[in-house]
Amino acid sequence: MYDPTVARLTYRALLGRRRALILGALPLLLIAISVVVRALAGADDQTASDLLGGLALATMVPIIGVIAGTGAIGPEIDDGSVVYLLSKPLKRPTIIFTKLIVAIAVTMVFSALPTLVAGFILNGNGQQIAVAYTVAALVSSIAYAALFLLLGTVSRHAVVFGLVYALVWEALFGSLVPGARTLSVQQWSLAVAHKVAGGDLVTSDVGLTTATVLLIAVTVLATWYAGQKLRSLTLAGEE
Amino acid sequence: MTTLSIDHVSRWFGNVVAVNDITMTIGPGVTGLLGPNGAGKSTLINMMGGFLAPSTGTVTLDGQQVWRNESIYKHIGIVPEREAMYDFLTGREFVVANAELHGLGAKAAQKALATVEMEYAQDRKISTYSKGMRQRVKMASALVHDPSLLLLDEPFNGMDPRQRMQLMDLLRRMGDEGRTVLFSSHILEEVEQLAWHIEVVVAGRHAASGDFRKIRRLMTDRPHRYLVRSSDDRALAAALIADPSTSGIEVDLAEGALRVQAVDFGRFTALLPRVARDHGIRLLTVSPSDESLESVFSYLVAA
Repeated sequence: MYDPTVARLTYRALLGRRRALILGALPLLLIAISVVVRALAGADDQTASDLLGGLALATMVPIIGVIAGTGAIGPEIDDGSVVYLLSKPLKRPTIIFTKLIVAIAVTMVFSALPTLVAGFILNGNGQQIAVAYTVAALVSSIAYAALFLLLGTVSRHAVVFGLVYALVWEALFGSLVPGARTLSVQQWSLAVAHKVAGGDLVTSDVGLTTATVLLIAVTVLATWYAGQKLRSLTLAGEE
Repeated sequence: MTTLSIDHVSRWFGNVVAVNDITMTIGPGVTGLLGPNGAGKSTLINMMGGFLAPSTGTVTLDGQQVWRNESIYKHIGIVPEREAMYDFLTGREFVVANAELHGLGAKAAQKALATVEMEYAQDRKISTYSKGMRQRVKMASALVHDPSLLLLDEPFNGMDPRQRMQLMDLLRRMGDEGRTVLFSSHILEEVEQLAWHIEVVVAGRHAASGDFRKIRRLMTDRPHRYLVRSSDDRALAAALIADPSTSGIEVDLAEGALRVQAVDFGRFTALLPRVARDHGIRLLTVSPSDESLESVFSYLVAA
């Protein structure tokens, strides 16, 4: 299921100079803001929760997910170099699964890790807030990577669609329309975080069971479908 | 013995028919797929390589379906036309990766790099390669698993004459070894120099198939048209029409030139300068007016 060569190629493409800069910028911003907030306002659980929920989980994780998920396959399909993977006796689902693992790992490293660091800076993991949001970031990394990998496989405008989903649906629409929140990776991961933190600082609109089922279903379905799409991917050439 | 069979294959994109009911069999040796740009060659090669589903018909390799059949790539090597190829890797890393994806190791990669004579630049990043070097590394990646069928889409595009000759030698060798090699080209001379057998595709249709010499004769025996300007057009016209190699001459007053139709290409090209010299006429312009590939092909289709 996992091919180390596909993984190596994907890592190197993803962590190439320009993309690595973009991937690194957001986490650095989060940590910088955390340092400033801590210095100005001191350690405060509510502030920590607001910042980790609003900036880290609602904005940074999905954006990193978009870059890693779509970037794991989109550019290869766009420029045609995916032909070197497809012209091998390699099961298409193996290619997708391997790229998913890489996308998940990259998203986790660039989003969950900085979330943990920021959490410790903000309030020293008081009330388990840093750990709770880190778990949420880890969980949502998996679902985002799968969703955006699928998007990268089916659409040439994956980054735009991904950002629209991440920023408009998750951040804006979700805060205005209550129903939209049920269909939000962020809310599902918050349900898991709520379980970790306990108390009322971390809350979700979705129950833990529903959230877990939806997280798993979205990840599995998106990955399966991406594998199917890759099996019949058409390289129309330039004619 | 590897045989690629294309059986009543058509492919359309929306309302556009790119490939129209083509049937051909590609056997061992070097086959040239010849046709003008936009004739459907790439579409056809993509279907042969399993990257595009035929709208109707089937493509099989020794009886095995090509589309949606990953295991077929154990036998196929592909050199795509597109340039993109993991530019951040070195040539060696790229070919090694291709070998690994076939379940092979660095040794196979090294052998392939040696075959294309790219060892000297194998540790340079692909982004620094010239077009010809890229083409050779692509070739190495296609050869790494010793395939019995090699598909190359416009492999000579952008190569300089020396690189072109090297690649031709290599492909000729592959064909001599009994591999089935198919390459596409829109340049007559390339196909003439390399292919044992040619398939001509024009406007999505299979226009001709067979031995190159036969098709070349069809091409050279067709009437050729020339635009000729000279110091005395009428005297030249009178002298030319006396020879059977010329079938018609029109004095184009607006252009101030002669439009000559020749039926015997070889004889006419020898005749024209001799006649001009004998009559003391200076030739100012001699240009073929229908030498474009399209006109050659449309003649072939009509023949």
